[in-house]
Amino acid sequence: MTQLLWDGLFVGSFYALVALGYSMVYGIVRLLNFAHGDLYMLGAFVGFVALSAVGGLTAVTSLGALALALVVAMTATGTAGLLIERVAYRPLRGSPRLAVLITAVGASFTLEYGIAATAGTRPRVFPVRLESQSLEVLGVRLTVAQVLLMLFAVGLMLGLDAWVGRTSTGRAMRAIALDPRAAHLMGINVDAIISRTFFVGASLAGAAGVMAGAYYGKIDFLMGFVIGLKAFTAAVIGGIGNLRGAMLGGLLLGLAESLGAHYLGGQWRDVCTFVLLIAFLSVRPTGLLGERVTERV
Amino acid sequence: MTTRVRELLESRWVGPIGLTIAVATPFVNASPYVLFILTSAAIFVVLAAGLNIVVGYCGLLDLGYVAFMAVGAYTSGIMTTRWDLPLLATLPAVLAVTVLAGLVIGAPTLRLRSDYLAIVTLGFGEIIRLTANNLEVTGGPTGIYGIPSVTFGSVDLSTPAAFYFLCVAVAALAVLGSARLARSRLGRAWQFIREDEDAAEAMGVNSYVAKLLAYVLGAIWGSVAGVLFAAHLSAIAPQSFLFLQSALVLMAVVLGGMGSTRGIVLGAVALSLLPEALRDFATWRYVLFGVLLIAVMLVRPRGLWPARHHEAEVPA
Repeated sequence: MTQLLWDGLFVGSFYALVALGYSMVYGIVRLLNFAHGDLYMLGAFVGFVALSAVGGLTAVTSLGALALALVVAMTATGTAGLLIERVAYRPLRGSPRLAVLITAVGASFTLEYGIAATAGTRPRVFPVRLESQSLEVLGVRLTVAQVLLMLFAVGLMLGLDAWVGRTSTGRAMRAIALDPRAAHLMGINVDAIISRTFFVGASLAGAAGVMAGAYYGKIDFLMGFVIGLKAFTAAVIGGIGNLRGAMLGGLLLGLAESLGAHYLGGQWRDVCTFVLLIAFLSVRPTGLLGERVTERV
Repeated sequence: MTTRVRELLESRWVGPIGLTIAVATPFVNASPYVLFILTSAAIFVVLAAGLNIVVGYCGLLDLGYVAFMAVGAYTSGIMTTRWDLPLLATLPAVLAVTVLAGLVIGAPTLRLRSDYLAIVTLGFGEIIRLTANNLEVTGGPTGIYGIPSVTFGSVDLSTPAAFYFLCVAVAALAVLGSARLARSRLGRAWQFIREDEDAAEAMGVNSYVAKLLAYVLGAIWGSVAGVLFAAHLSAIAPQSFLFLQSALVLMAVVLGGMGSTRGIVLGAVALSLLPEALRDFATWRYVLFGVLLIAVMLVRPRGLWPARHHEAEVPA
């Protein structure tokens, strides 16, 4: 039982990282960034290329190389997120929502098949595989790699929380989320803040991609599709637009999946997620931590 | 574009001419390969006409449209292979299951903002595929095979040519039906909702009911296409109902022009014939589709062959 809980929390921390980007972008521009899951995939592939370039890794250097790959991948996916916003979303700000949703699907398609065309459609084996001895804590088997990855994920989340809560950029972000027009009138450079939001959200997804690659050992060009859906579910569970909600939602979704897969069988894992999503949307669409707001259609 | 070409494109003869071309093609070349491609194209037109109701007329983004195709294909596939029913006899059950599925997905989500619908339908498409993959009654990953073709009383429509004509007839009805719907009271309500939902509500349109009807009607079109698809290939598997398929139907609708009947028919035919021409560039083709989706929305949001009856842009 405790083993299930731990596994759930571990997977949930990946979901939380990806969900954060979703939620941030939604909170600030009210847009579902369908390409977000694919940025996670892009991160994994950039990490793959970076690690392959370093080459010949021993057990000691592999952690350092992984850290380097994380930085490279986060920068690359952040830039990609920025570009997508600039090309596909910004020109359509203020036009019907359908138009932006369709360009989002287009961006997602371009990323997926762009990677497929350049890196091939077969799954790739990640050059670094975090294998380490397992520990027994309170009857739970966990590996050092899991603990490290989870600490890193928690560190990123805490960092983001502080960034949004304490810096002037964060304050500007919250102001835009409340009322973009008023924020603009108060002298906030709305476009620049939105760009930064996309950069940070995308780089978190990229970090999650590298971590998932290093942990599971295999990456492919469609790996972002399901995780994008799951991250969205996590964001909805926590209350979309609410960052702490996204973290909570990610962890809860990880737990729910781990328990669901245990009791119903592993092949029903993803079905559990979507049923949970539809259930939440019908019963409590604002999520656990979201406030009741009047929807502007 | 010169006025003469424009006149031709706008003329009322476009539909009959298109239908004539569709009917005449097998008399020019009736090789099994050509008939197979043409039949697939006709089924794709049915799909595009159905999605056009949801996306084009009502402005709701459905990203899991192929799920309804799967519902139709699997329902008729299971009934025909298990109970030896003729394909047409399964239609009432197919319709009932489809309407039920449409209500289950649409009823909770259509009350929310339209972007939720997009992602819920995306999830729904995956659920259907995974469920079909996991269940025994759907044949698991191998799917169902040996689905009989259509027989109509004593008339056998199972030869490729006869089946093609049947598909063209259904496609013509589907296109005509959706175009007529768009001009009905309900259709005007949909377009009102698409242009301005608040104003529509204020004018007494029950937008929730109208959206639900659009969604369920679109689902019915999809499931009919699914039944044809099952009869066409005689075998179905979860692999036939990937997100990619939904995206391709969406592509046809967006490219042709959302809400434009002739546009989406042309888009659907082009998208189902083009891959045959570009077989060697399969992956790059999808990259191109993605870029096109963005480019069309940025440059020509009404599609390549837009509908005539659009409201003039209100200057901001």
